[in-house]
Amino acid sequence: MSTAVTENQNKDAQQPAAEGEEAIPTYDIVLKVRRYNPEFDSEAHWDEWPLTMYGTDRVLDALHKVKWELDGSLSFRRSCAHGVCGSDAMRINGRNRLACKTLLKDLDLSKPITVEPIKGLPCEKDLIVDMEPFFQSYREIMPFLVNEDHTPTGERYQSQEDRARFDDTTKCILCAACTSSCPVFWTDGQYFGPAAIVNAHRFIFDSRDQAGDMRLEILNDKEGVWRCRTTFNCTEACPRGIQVTKAIAEVKKAVFASAL
Amino acid sequence: MQVHKYDVVIVGAGGAGMRAAIESGQRARTAVLTKLYPTRSHTGAAQGGMCAALANVEEDNWEWHTFDTVKGGDYLVDQDAAEVMAKEAIDAVLDLEHMGLPFNRTPEGKIDQRRFGGHTRDHGKSPVRRACYAADRTGHMILQTLYQTCIKHNVEFYNEFYVLDLIMVDTPEGRRPAGVVSYELATGELHVFQAKSVVFASGGAGKVFKTTSNAHTLTGDGMAIAFRNGLPLEDMEFVQFHPTGLAGLGILVSEAARGEGGILRNADGERFMERYAPTIKDLAPRDIVARSMANEVREGRGCGPNKDYVLLDLTHLEPAHIDAKLPDITEFARTYLGVEPYTEPVPVFPTAHYCMGGIPTDIKGEVFQDSETTVPGLYAAGEVACVSVHGSNRLGTNSLLDINVFGKRAGTFAAEYARDAEFLPVPDDATKRTEALLDNARSPHGNEKVAAIRKDLQDTMDLNMQVFRTAETIQKALDDIAALEERYASISIQDQGKRFNLDLLEAVELGFLLELAKVMSVAALHRDESRGGHFREDFPNRDDENFMVHSMVYEDPSSPTAGIRQETKPVIMTRYEPMERKY
Ligand SMILES: Cc1cc2nc3c(=O)[nH]c(=O)nc-3n(C[C@H](O)[C@H](O)[C@H](O)COP(=O)(O)OP(=O)(O)OC[C@H]3O[C@@H](n4cnc5c(N)ncnc54)[C@H](O)[C@@H]3O)c2cc1C
Ligand code: SF4
Ligand code: FES
Repeated sequence: MSTAVTENQNKDAQQPAAEGEEAIPTYDIVLKVRRYNPEFDSEAHWDEWPLTMYGTDRVLDALHKVKWELDGSLSFRRSCAHGVCGSDAMRINGRNRLACKTLLKDLDLSKPITVEPIKGLPCEKDLIVDMEPFFQSYREIMPFLVNEDHTPTGERYQSQEDRARFDDTTKCILCAACTSSCPVFWTDGQYFGPAAIVNAHRFIFDSRDQAGDMRLEILNDKEGVWRCRTTFNCTEACPRGIQVTKAIAEVKKAVFASAL
Repeated sequence: MQVHKYDVVIVGAGGAGMRAAIESGQRARTAVLTKLYPTRSHTGAAQGGMCAALANVEEDNWEWHTFDTVKGGDYLVDQDAAEVMAKEAIDAVLDLEHMGLPFNRTPEGKIDQRRFGGHTRDHGKSPVRRACYAADRTGHMILQTLYQTCIKHNVEFYNEFYVLDLIMVDTPEGRRPAGVVSYELATGELHVFQAKSVVFASGGAGKVFKTTSNAHTLTGDGMAIAFRNGLPLEDMEFVQFHPTGLAGLGILVSEAARGEGGILRNADGERFMERYAPTIKDLAPRDIVARSMANEVREGRGCGPNKDYVLLDLTHLEPAHIDAKLPDITEFARTYLGVEPYTEPVPVFPTAHYCMGGIPTDIKGEVFQDSETTVPGLYAAGEVACVSVHGSNRLGTNSLLDINVFGKRAGTFAAEYARDAEFLPVPDDATKRTEALLDNARSPHGNEKVAAIRKDLQDTMDLNMQVFRTAETIQKALDDIAALEERYASISIQDQGKRFNLDLLEAVELGFLLELAKVMSVAALHRDESRGGHFREDFPNRDDENFMVHSMVYEDPSSPTAGIRQETKPVIMTRYEPMERKY
């Protein structure tokens, strides 16, 4: 897919396509993808494809090129293609990222680019994992506003400072890049994981919410916040730039304070 | 094959589907079928805001909002519907606030509001601050908040279930819905969902075009399914091209960038919108700005090596202001174009953004089967539907509003209908057509590739059906589509498995796209005038005498125009007489 070519939509000002394409550098890469389809394979294997790509292409473009031109059975999730829907978290050169936000030019192209499914969640097919355990943890921390007061006829007021308190954690797109980069989660699938804690944070620190104590109790569980060993993998992995470790630390502090 | 039974089945879990589910789920047994996990829906990509005349920061009222909507839509808006939307907007925003949506706040702690194109005080006097927002991720916050509320209410989701057909049966009262046929991505199994009410909330069809702000998955499934079941589609010639897509990529830079003070400039550095819309300049409605930009490029004042884009200049804004109000979209410019918006202007060009047309409904969300009668039990809401509140050109922030107001209405009325209705028997051959569709896509006919046909379709639509159209270009698109349909008959797909066979589904989705491209082109060919998003260079003026009507197109093999029959439906006018649209 040549997303990089700006095609001119105006008949009067049309440019020959070749002229536009020449302006954009192309280069050769090798894409190496971990494949597994339990329907046909007894175990996973790697497939490699040499590809010619454009300077502005992303890993998602390379995956599409394979799927659309070379091997239609290569399977991965994607939708928005610009980092807002959270569909395509995968392990690229050993790091969790969104394929649609990872520019090829930012990777070391002298070696094959390796792409694997995110770890710690069961692989369903190629780069597709079972997201259910991830959403299960999310649902358990009560990810919704609880306010038992009489619903006001107008809006509830909230100061700018109170609103800023949880701004960072409202950005989460539930991509699971953080949770599936966490060594504690790899060894203990019961651990809530960073994403669930981030979303708990979003409500615990919302001045309009009244169920903070219940969430803190849930997270004080043996599979809760205390399992976090502050390895910072999650913060590095988050494509939304959320300070995940900081959010977890704030929740830890709140659990501690509420236990006193 | 599994059979499920629900009072209400909702197709789609974007903003419209989930807003409907929150109402319906509390009143009737409801299932939401969605081809994506709910939070992956493209509502989450919406940036700028959702408007309502709250008057939190300056004087405003719903009547001004109604007027702006009608005028913005170049008078093709059904005015009763626009009035409902503008009035109910206030509760729609308050509902979301009560559900927990983190709106940006004023210093007093009220929901903050900002300017957006085409929204004015007192019938066009000056721009008004009407858009409620959460930074530049308003759609993300709406989608998250609605999903969270669905979890709170235990709404039942069937994730990664593709609806591929609607089951309609004949009754003494006429044709009625009996349920839907769905394909489960994980297993490749077909499921029948029997239901008393069906709500389509499956979003838009931007992938008909190459340059688009829409997700890969926005392939117009709901519209195509309705059309294939003999239902009409309304006003399909009207597609909105958003002025500011990142050049060459189509990724959206919200109008909020101009609302916050961004300025469009041509290669001479000129603020060219001063020439096209002297009063509100860069904040003129989208169709006008998009055409002005395309015209600058066409007349040789474009920027870059190919002179094929213009520039969005934010460099006069404070970096801190940009960070506070436009963090995501400036990040897009950095990531995808390598441009630093603090110091460099951003290359932009119009991108296919929104379908004003869709499945025709009344203000309850009930679907029309012709220009007069609706089908009780069948509903549509959101971008898939045409109420019509957007007429020939939607105002920014009116869609997030539309999905909330009419999503809520459709969910409520679907549940109410189901309360008194009986289940209709599902015919034995209900899945026959879907099985044939899938078998056809799976069996090797030749060596045509889905992606190649899709690319050619998108290329011809960008070239011939974009912001400037003529009878000749439209006919060219139709000829190309006919040739592509022939190639489509000899596709072969590679994945022969049952699990997560996205190869197969892309083939099915391409079938929907081809159908809709044809529908859009036929409707565009009939409308010999220019109005809103539909601009015909061979008929550059609006022609109220002949075309102040909605177009309604039906599948009809006997029609000589690509097997599509064109009829019309009157526009509902209440308060406002059509005037020339000047800004
Ligand atoms: C980049 C961008 C920015 C925007 N910004 C704004 C803005 O600031 N303000 C504004 O008012 N509007 C904005 N819009 C428009 C607005 O966001 C959309 O029109 C609106 O969100 C559409 O919502 P929806 O619920 O109808 O559809 P979507 O959110 O697209 O949801 C469609 C749903 O249908 C499901 N679906 C589709 N096909 C099938 C099928 N066959 N079977 C089962 N499920 C199916 C999908 O899984 C999905 O859940 C923007 C649009 C874009 C693209
Ligand atoms: S916190 Fe970041 S990495 Fe984790 S799920 Fe949310 S967006 Fe993804
Ligand atoms: S495809 Fe949506 S985040 Fe990458």
